[in-house]
Amino acid sequence: MSEKPDEAATLNKAKRVDRIFKACATGAGILILLALAAVTLFLILRAFPAFTGDPDSRTQAIRSLSGGRASSFLGYVGPLVFGTILIAGLALLLAFPVSLGIALFIGYYAPARLSTLLSTVIDLLAAVPSVIYGLWGALVLVPNITGFWRWLSVHLGWIPLFSGPAAAPARSVATVALVLAVMILPIITSVTRDILIQAPRLQQEAALALGATKWEMIRLAVLPFGRSGIISASMLGLGRALGETMAVLMILSPGFSYSLRLLQASKSQTIAANIAAQFPEADSQGVALLVATGLVLFIITFIVNYLARRITAKAGA
Amino acid sequence: MHAHGHGRGRFAALLMSLAMMISLAACGDNVPVDGGGTGDAADQVLFQGEFAGSGASSQQSADEAWIAGFRKQHPGARISYDPAGSGAGVNAFLSGSTIWAGTDAPLTADQLERSRKVCGSGTAIDLPVYATPIAVAYNLPDLWPKGSDGHLRMDPALIAMIFSGKVTNWRDPRIAALNPEANLPDLDITVIHRSDKSGTTKSFLSYLHDTAGSAWPYPAGENWPNDLGQGAKGTAGVIMTMNQAEGTFGYADAAQTTGLGTVAVQVGKTWQPPTAKTVANLLDSAQRDPQASQPGRVVLTVDHRTTRKHTYPIVLVSYDVACTVYRNDQDGSKARFAKAWLTYLLSEQGQRMAAANAGSAELGQGLRSQAMASVETIGGKS
Repeated sequence: MSEKPDEAATLNKAKRVDRIFKACATGAGILILLALAAVTLFLILRAFPAFTGDPDSRTQAIRSLSGGRASSFLGYVGPLVFGTILIAGLALLLAFPVSLGIALFIGYYAPARLSTLLSTVIDLLAAVPSVIYGLWGALVLVPNITGFWRWLSVHLGWIPLFSGPAAAPARSVATVALVLAVMILPIITSVTRDILIQAPRLQQEAALALGATKWEMIRLAVLPFGRSGIISASMLGLGRALGETMAVLMILSPGFSYSLRLLQASKSQTIAANIAAQFPEADSQGVALLVATGLVLFIITFIVNYLARRITAKAGA
Repeated sequence: MHAHGHGRGRFAALLMSLAMMISLAACGDNVPVDGGGTGDAADQVLFQGEFAGSGASSQQSADEAWIAGFRKQHPGARISYDPAGSGAGVNAFLSGSTIWAGTDAPLTADQLERSRKVCGSGTAIDLPVYATPIAVAYNLPDLWPKGSDGHLRMDPALIAMIFSGKVTNWRDPRIAALNPEANLPDLDITVIHRSDKSGTTKSFLSYLHDTAGSAWPYPAGENWPNDLGQGAKGTAGVIMTMNQAEGTFGYADAAQTTGLGTVAVQVGKTWQPPTAKTVANLLDSAQRDPQASQPGRVVLTVDHRTTRKHTYPIVLVSYDVACTVYRNDQDGSKARFAKAWLTYLLSEQGQRMAAANAGSAELGQGLRSQAMASVETIGGKS
């Protein structure tokens, strides 16, 4: 009988803790929304002069930033958007199959000890800062891959993608995409692996019991289960590639065109690397213009995320 | 897990000490050759506190040497220079957060107007403090027979044709005609230029614009005007890229081109390799820009088409921007510092220090006294 008030007190205390926790969680949720709103507001306000200022000085700033190659905002940001999407897309294309392979190997083929080791290595790689990849790319990969790209342009040059002359040194879109692929590989692998190893055991065993080979089992029971997770992992990687600045800045010889010739130098540039390269010497009108290109990048990442949501929602349903 | 964390901490400590050793070693390289006076007690009181500048990265190594030299005379002063770039430096100056700005481009009319907000009376002044030859460089290791060392000869039109893609192979007859003794390889020319906005690019382009005539169709600006060859970020990026492949051809601060060949440019009937001495001769004949006639301004226009002997025609001139009177400067310490600082930079000793540490050209007596006349006006009529 004497336990009753005690129980009530415990219940009360639990409720209070619950309330505090709820407040903390809600606060965190609102904070991220506020941060996002602040960033959006900053971008719009600071980019404003790029659209509203005196037309002559606007054109002047664009001509100055593009070396006289563009005179309107769309003409300036267009090739940058193209370059950003081209490089990030290529990196994803190169990284995705390899990541999926590594994740399946870790989850389903490798002996337990090797798979733990591989997992650790992948997680370590994911934590390497991009400037390290940039240094590696600029100092090691560029001089060593020049010969290979030249060989490719000589033998496969009839495909427009690989038409020469290959850049020497190889500071081209192809090399940057390769470095970015290596960079986003660990993230995609790490997330994909975590999803794939959660595929329901029972379904896997059922598939095997029905006489499926291991590959058929993975195709029937593991991949469909992980589809939405794999897509969001890729989008995570794509997001990192889209915004990557340092590695692109250090490796790519920037250009200003809508070209798909991956092995030639000075064809494309990304928005992020362009901002980093032009900001230090930009005047106030130039800064507004650069922030406006940043706003465009912001919108692109939003669209990419939205599309990923749509795809995963469909796959999940 | 615990042991793991411990190991990581130790690793971090190791990295940290390594980084510190490297930065200490880096400091060691910049020890100025020549200190000068020891400074007296009055100076220590005069320049107590922090004095900040920012701007052109081209001046960075000269500024490091100048700060060290100035502090030998005035140990109380704590001076910093942030090599954020010319545009960022001028913006910081115009917002009043720095005392002086370094810039590769003289102030524009708009910037001059805005300077009224930070300067107590009148507009800001810009003075040349640093000049360096821009070399046209190439990576062709087997150009000359073993042991001999020479410069490829080129005239302005040929340089322009290479940089605009009309001459694309090192064995082009137009190169061979000027260099009969050179062992020119059958190799594509890869043009290397700056990918970031840069005063070096602007100086080089205005040289081509003035001298190459119809061979150079582009206007002069701070960004490279075509998509030929390759762009690289900063002088360091250009030099690194040029060293990575044979057959590259580019332009950079002459002091940084070690390991690369440099072009002897046609001036009149002679061929001039880039040296600090020959570019100083160019500056001695430079005229004051009639457009920049506001009081106190010393802005130079160099004659790229010069035919004077012993004169190298491609130069980057970098300016320092300051006020004659500062707003929010009740005790006058900002103006006092600006005056002493610029006086030191423009002294023979300051110029020699920059030449020894940054490979720059020493500004001549005539030019320095013109600039000093403006420095004297800092701090009002005294």
